[in-house]
Amino acid sequence: MNTAELSKICRQVRRDIITMTANAGSGHPGGSLSAVELMTSVFYNHMRLDPKNPKWDGRDRFVLSKGHSAPCYYAVLASLGFIDRSEYANFRQLHSILQGHPDCKKVPGVDASTGSLGQGCSIAVGMALGAKKLGKDTQVFTLLGDGECQEGQIWEAFMSAAHYKLDNLTVIIDNNGLQIDGTNDEVMSLGDLPAKIKAFGFDLYEINGHDLDAIEAALAAPHTPGVPKCILGHTVKGKGVSFMENQVGWHGKAPNAEQREQALKELEG
Amino acid sequence: MSEKIATREAYGKALVELGAANDKIVVLDADLASATMTKHFKAAYPDRFFDCGIAECNMMDIGAGLSTMGLIPFCSTFAMFGAGRAYEQIRNSIAYPKFNVKICCSHAGVSVGEDGGSHQCLEDIGLMRLIPGMTVIVPADAKEARKATFALAEFQGPAYMRTARLATPVFEEDYPFEIGKANVLREGKDVAIFACGLMVAEALEAARLLADEGVDAAVINVHTIKPIDAACVTEYAQKCGKVVTVEEHSVIGGLGDAVAEVLMGKVNCKFKKIGVNDQFGQSGKAADVLREYGLTGDQIAVSIKEVL
Repeated sequence: MNTAELSKICRQVRRDIITMTANAGSGHPGGSLSAVELMTSVFYNHMRLDPKNPKWDGRDRFVLSKGHSAPCYYAVLASLGFIDRSEYANFRQLHSILQGHPDCKKVPGVDASTGSLGQGCSIAVGMALGAKKLGKDTQVFTLLGDGECQEGQIWEAFMSAAHYKLDNLTVIIDNNGLQIDGTNDEVMSLGDLPAKIKAFGFDLYEINGHDLDAIEAALAAPHTPGVPKCILGHTVKGKGVSFMENQVGWHGKAPNAEQREQALKELEG
Repeated sequence: MSEKIATREAYGKALVELGAANDKIVVLDADLASATMTKHFKAAYPDRFFDCGIAECNMMDIGAGLSTMGLIPFCSTFAMFGAGRAYEQIRNSIAYPKFNVKICCSHAGVSVGEDGGSHQCLEDIGLMRLIPGMTVIVPADAKEARKATFALAEFQGPAYMRTARLATPVFEEDYPFEIGKANVLREGKDVAIFACGLMVAEALEAARLLADEGVDAAVINVHTIKPIDAACVTEYAQKCGKVVTVEEHSVIGGLGDAVAEVLMGKVNCKFKKIGVNDQFGQSGKAADVLREYGLTGDQIAVSIKEVL
């Protein structure tokens, strides 16, 4: 899909994130909005999927390690036809398939239950390792938060991705620089993140995580044989909604009715 | 009873047999293959063995990922580092999505011996039992450990198995193993002793000593702590009117509580839990440490007399 078409889908995904969180009165708009271009690009241009057959054996895999970006995930899955948009009304409500964090038992198209930070990357490593053992050409993608990289297990996963030579694994980091208690640097600096990722044995692509052409180029770049790939996407938390952009407070707070209208107006196109 | 074999050894050997029959079986360890006995599988099937290094949380979640590809992972480490350190990975990434991962941990209980309290996990049964949908198995001897390993390979869903470091006598009697079905090893009418793991042999010894004093004790091997065999527990509690549980685990949260939960409000009986009384373990020869905590057959017999 070309950039213009993807851009349209991204705008709709953003509108859906606002609709879902506003309707639920809770959720995580900030880190959902920052991940839109990264997640949409992966799903539309780089994954073999069949929305009519979500468990199709030949599918590629995606793990949302930063599970709180569920609204973005659900919106992308809905745009592809895995789930119906009518489910949005039930997001975070009793008996809904759309839990606050993704539940793979409930949502078609979701292959791992995530939300407890630091674990999804290891699950993706297991998927990629399993694919190799089974002689499958499955590609595995996982999306991490930068704050999530404060979890030690992320680095255990990175170490093992390089050790097992997982050149079918792409780790994408939504590097929006903010977390619940403040900026990453205030809370617990990650230091020289690009250098650390490279030192752990990844081929690194450092890009603007909202630039669809740059994302496409990084995703399309072939893996070096035996080397896992990491795309460090610099992003803006709350991207696309003026009053949410770069605001720590919009990590886990839903817009009220008035804010929803303003956000949706800004996202008209 | 004759030959002494540790349950961990039987587990390791069973994995090799299973590996030959099913190429979907993969084994993961965290740098303890020579202790958990997954080394046997490693030697036989090196391409299906993954040493994840000293990183248990990562190992459990790699197991989760492997299971989603249709493989059957057995993840092994010590009980302390599996059920303990990686509790949340097991809870959220394996049990919550109901993934088909087998968590098989050795070196549980005070019979670990010399390594001391830091390595003697006395909470794993409780921790694993708390997780919705988790199956929890504690084999009593090498024969049962082998059968349990085979049963786990067939079983669909998350499961935890606890094995011991200490080599202990293998029961002469052979009996069937079915997940969730307790085995009555000795009939009796005066007191029902429910035991698991290495304590089954000690409970049988206690029953023999009690018999010398005219007490007719039933001994039931509750190898599956969850789902517990509620019918068997209820039947023997009603029949004997006095219930004693014996486990190499904290008296909080383990077999004793699982049995109590079945009987509470249902069967009127005397009840006593024998185990480690809300303490940590300590270094020593396994036999000495077991004695220190009152977990030998003769001590158990004395303790049981208190409810008679």
